[in-house]
Amino acid sequence: MSVQITSPRFKDNAKQALADAPLQAALAKVGPGFIGRRAAARDLLPEFDALRDSARDIKNHTLAHLDLYLERFEEKVTAAGGHVHFAVDAAEARDIVTRICRDLGAKTVTKGKSMVSEEIGLNDHLAANGIEPVETDLGEYLIQIRGEAPSHIIAPAIHLNKEQVEADFRRVHTHLPPERNLTEPTALLAEARGELRAKFLAADVGITGANFLVAETGTSIIVTNEGNGDLTQTLPKAHIVLASLEKLVPTLEDVSQLLRVLARSATGQEMSVYTTFSTGPRRPEDLDGPGEYHVVILDNGRSGMLAGQLREMLRCIRCGACMNHCPVYHAVGGHAYGWVYPGPMGAVLTPSIIGIEKGANLPNASTFCGRCEEVCPVRIPLPKLMRHWREKEFERHLTPAPVRYGLGVWSFVARRGWLYRPATDLAMRLLALAGKAKGRFTSLPLAGGWTKVRDFPAPEGGTFQAQWQARKAARRTGRVS
Amino acid sequence: MPSPSAQRPPLVGLFATCLVDTMRPSVGFAAATLIEAAGCEVDVPRQTCCGQPAFNSGDRATTRALAEQTIAAFETFDYVVVPSGSCAGMIKAHYPELFVGEPDWMPRVERFCAKVFELMSFLVDVRGMTSVAAAYEGTVTYHDSCSGLRELGVKGQPRKLLASVEGLELAEMADSDVCCGFGGTFCVKYPDVSGAIVEKKAVNILASGADTLVAGDLGCLMNMAGKLQRMGKTVAVRHVAEVLAGQGGEPAIGVARKAGS
Repeated sequence: MSVQITSPRFKDNAKQALADAPLQAALAKVGPGFIGRRAAARDLLPEFDALRDSARDIKNHTLAHLDLYLERFEEKVTAAGGHVHFAVDAAEARDIVTRICRDLGAKTVTKGKSMVSEEIGLNDHLAANGIEPVETDLGEYLIQIRGEAPSHIIAPAIHLNKEQVEADFRRVHTHLPPERNLTEPTALLAEARGELRAKFLAADVGITGANFLVAETGTSIIVTNEGNGDLTQTLPKAHIVLASLEKLVPTLEDVSQLLRVLARSATGQEMSVYTTFSTGPRRPEDLDGPGEYHVVILDNGRSGMLAGQLREMLRCIRCGACMNHCPVYHAVGGHAYGWVYPGPMGAVLTPSIIGIEKGANLPNASTFCGRCEEVCPVRIPLPKLMRHWREKEFERHLTPAPVRYGLGVWSFVARRGWLYRPATDLAMRLLALAGKAKGRFTSLPLAGGWTKVRDFPAPEGGTFQAQWQARKAARRTGRVS
Repeated sequence: MPSPSAQRPPLVGLFATCLVDTMRPSVGFAAATLIEAAGCEVDVPRQTCCGQPAFNSGDRATTRALAEQTIAAFETFDYVVVPSGSCAGMIKAHYPELFVGEPDWMPRVERFCAKVFELMSFLVDVRGMTSVAAAYEGTVTYHDSCSGLRELGVKGQPRKLLASVEGLELAEMADSDVCCGFGGTFCVKYPDVSGAIVEKKAVNILASGADTLVAGDLGCLMNMAGKLQRMGKTVAVRHVAEVLAGQGGEPAIGVARKAGS
């Protein structure tokens, strides 16, 4: 489905999410599951941090020479009998994919998991053109039948529980006996597998994303745990790879390094169950494979990031570790972020694609606790990049008025020590007096954001600086007398 | 690095931070006591704010002005010590970013940042302190504030000193290294989300069984104290320096001083 942008309503989205009991129950499992498994995988690999440095360096090198590697990749794909298409924006990418499908007379397409497909709103576009898209990743299939966006970049249906899935299957799979037993997760899995098997065989075109595009060989690579990607890309007449341009890496050797940090950072696995390499269409001697192989490389604002201060974001390999370790994501889940990419990586990437005017909430809705940067396999300084967006917002006078006004008053005072010291001393004495009886306030003018959810402690009295100076003076006169 | 002469003890400039200066001066005095116990002289030059609220709100001009002001106020000291990982991290980790590409400033900024330390790190890593002469009857749990932990590596130092306090029992909470939801202006810009995060923290604090919560950052402490009190809990919340300096008998954060005391 093409995702409506609700990022400007982040606060309302968050409030709703916090009140959603099933969602909160699902989110409570995100932290312990992902965090513990990643930590265990890291601990088993002494060179893990060194590999992260190496992964960062590989991506930096690629980005510094991206034009060359894109050209090389195109040459190699073409030599293998495939086609590379460059799309400047989402509309162009949708058109390219639709045209390829039309030329083949496609009625249905199967799809492996692709965040770029979500980013360009491909499914709605295909459906509007009479082509039925079928998501084959289990999580993506679930959210497709619910008409939802993914809430996590590697676990799109992580916000759902078993009972919700059972209800959806009963609602959608009406041709199956209503009395069937779906209480066990394995029964749900078997039913989805059965439904999808027929779709795989009927599909005219298979669309997948790519975790990596290898310049040296013209290969696209996907990692999956379900094997759906393999059936999606080998059975139909054509395989279309949808990827954004930062997925390029120079060599297979580089890919092998990046793969060592990818799954460990994502799910805590040493490797994903399937790592599938695709180079060109089926060759005459091949037993199977698609007749056509297309790679659609999407820019959609990324070349602008390449030239600017957000370049480091283009190292991202979409492992999801940043959101798995994010206290804000744990509290509100992915949908609250209001577009395709949630969590810290989404807070940086989203404003570059949908604009800071619509995306400003996301880089602000962070405590800057730094845990995302601490776990990022390619060492993206996510808080720094979120702060970059706050600077852009401030420069362009988009910061909300109360914040701007409060900050203005505070900085006026803080820049003038002669004013700061007496003003704070007086204010604290008054506030201390007002809070003396209870020691704290349950509501306070201008501090509603604070006292809405917690008490505000009363200050002790005069400021530290005033007290220190007074003691110092007393000591001095004591010495003199 | 500064090399104080052998004749006199090192002179430490105490950067109190806005919150300690305004809300809880007793933390400043506790810090001064500890720095003196570590064989240093302490003074408190005129100061305002390190600039972090402006920095994290995207206001680079104000940040820069406050950074210059802070550097000018403190650069003559042998060391600058800050009873906050957040403000110390702002100076040590982020001031250099404000002066990139300015050869007139950069060496001066780097010299300055090299002598700035968070209080616990200064006492243990720089001064080699291994114990304090304080007593505290109670079970204490320690929260790792994010900036101190991740930008400055403050983790073992406060625990080491707490372990030396007579009568004090340390009880670790689950997820002590997870953010409390304060986040500076975040806590008032997104109160619902902040409230949900600090609620989880409060649950972990209570589950530890501790009667006292300590941490090295007053912002986090005010947030956690405020939540615990809103929940009607009586866990005493204090800056770690207060306990280490033997000031544990003073009223905890958000608690009224008893009449007559």
